[in-house]
Amino acid sequence: MRRLSPFLIVALAGGFVFLYLPILSMAVYSFNDSRLATVWGGFSTRWYVSLASNRQILGAAALSLKIALVSATVATVLGTMAGFALARFRRFRGRTLFAGLVTAPLVMPEVITGISLLMLFILLAEATGWPGQRGFATVTLAHITFSMVFVTTVVQARLSQADRAIEEAAMDLGSRPWQVLWDVTLPTAFPAILSGWLLAFTISLDDVVITSFTTGPGSTTLPLVIWSKVKLGVTPDVNALATITVVVVGIGVALAGWILARAERRRLRDERLAARGDG
Amino acid sequence: MAGRLAAWFHRRGWSDLIVALPYLWLVALFLVPFLIVAAMSVASQAPTAPPFAFGGDYPWINPAAYVRLVTDDLYLRSFLISLANAGVATALCLLLGYPMALGLTRAPRGWRTVLLMLVILPFWTSFLLRVYAWMGLMGRSSWFNRMLTEGWNALVPIDQAVASVPLMNTNFAVVLVMVYTYLPFMILPLYASLERLDPTLDEAAMDLGSRPARVFLDVTLPQSVPGIVAGGLLVFIPAAGELVIPTLVGNAGTPMIGRVISDEFAQARDWPMASALAVALLVLMVVPTMLYGRHQARAEGRGDPR
Repeated sequence: MRRLSPFLIVALAGGFVFLYLPILSMAVYSFNDSRLATVWGGFSTRWYVSLASNRQILGAAALSLKIALVSATVATVLGTMAGFALARFRRFRGRTLFAGLVTAPLVMPEVITGISLLMLFILLAEATGWPGQRGFATVTLAHITFSMVFVTTVVQARLSQADRAIEEAAMDLGSRPWQVLWDVTLPTAFPAILSGWLLAFTISLDDVVITSFTTGPGSTTLPLVIWSKVKLGVTPDVNALATITVVVVGIGVALAGWILARAERRRLRDERLAARGDG
Repeated sequence: MAGRLAAWFHRRGWSDLIVALPYLWLVALFLVPFLIVAAMSVASQAPTAPPFAFGGDYPWINPAAYVRLVTDDLYLRSFLISLANAGVATALCLLLGYPMALGLTRAPRGWRTVLLMLVILPFWTSFLLRVYAWMGLMGRSSWFNRMLTEGWNALVPIDQAVASVPLMNTNFAVVLVMVYTYLPFMILPLYASLERLDPTLDEAAMDLGSRPARVFLDVTLPQSVPGIVAGGLLVFIPAAGELVIPTLVGNAGTPMIGRVISDEFAQARDWPMASALAVALLVLMVVPTMLYGRHQARAEGRGDPR
């Protein structure tokens, strides 16, 4: 193993300063008493207090969470089905198109996805009367569509590298196929399904561009509120909101990493025990 | 052999259901909308709601949007600016990210997990807020800008002194913030490909008398090409179509194509023009992606080195 050279240490240190300086500066200025967001005027927590009573932001946050929960869950179901199909069904009609359809949204510029979905919803409303007003339903449909392919990618990768001999062994030992799916395949894919759900949830919670095209009056998500505020410039309450987000996400990522690492360790141990034959 | 589990699913018809649901979903909400865009790009703009019409005469299509695309300087220029910005941002991400990824692979074990987590963390936090964090630093009255201004004024002759360094609403700011937000996308695939390199190769080269710089150029760099390509595409593709960053920290004088498409659609209400630009941008995106796919397939054909 080669040691870290001074150059690499400097590169790492500089890189992390670059990555975290803006976030730290923002966090410090969220405790700024001054109304001018970038001029220091003493320590204060008043922006956090005013945030807690801001109806618009609280409402938008609730809507964002609702959309993210529903869309991540549906996206995980659909995405897992697609990932399972691609990893386990070698041949089926239209496989090439299907494989293309689950990769294309990953590289599609968001502006184009947003505009194309908006056109679909408008033309659909012209033709059928639905959706009469865009909002929760249309945004959720859009979010499911672009986040399910992330779940598919993760689940497919996981199932492709998993040892299929365990599934075959369970069949040999007389398990029903549903039982194999439930007792062997799903637990193997579980870490991927969980991280797929988390990915879908975060992407939905974070999305600005596609949401801005597919939503309507009255349905403003949190990123859209922030978007309309920051277009006008830097404000102290957004500093506070951003700091809360970073802290919550930091705790969440650390927790998820810990849970996934533990699940992975347990699975590896079980597989080792099973291989030794005394598990 | 596809496995007996899969065979059972096929026999019972469950496989059709498992494939059909996500398939139909993606056809209805991804393929069909895209086909609408493609059709819209050859429609005519009309003063109706929705603002388009298909022409009365054969061949019913109107290539006006595509004609404007190649004749109007605005569009070609914004395409070029987007490609240049994305290219520069990708190169800078590589220059910054490569030593970081290499450093990560050589960091002590206990540190490595924590440092890797620190690279991933910004990726999970809001993209919008990371752009916003730079707005706070770049503004005219921020501590960062004042520091830069003092540094600049101390270095240059008095007649070139400035009241503040112009950062916000410049094309430089767009590239800087793109590098910032996309850096983790470059570091992670680089790390993945550098991590699986065999360290004994390095040592062998050193033992044979190569200097560290030569070892890097002859051994490490060629083997990390897959990571460079993957990271490069992960940065270049979203950067070229970027809308949020140029809207928040860019200016109208150097428009990127994502913003032009959005403006044509929402402000000018010219759906055919916006659609034609979208089709052109997609063609530009598809070429590098297909090259990557071919590269990947070839790498898999050669077999994984592990």
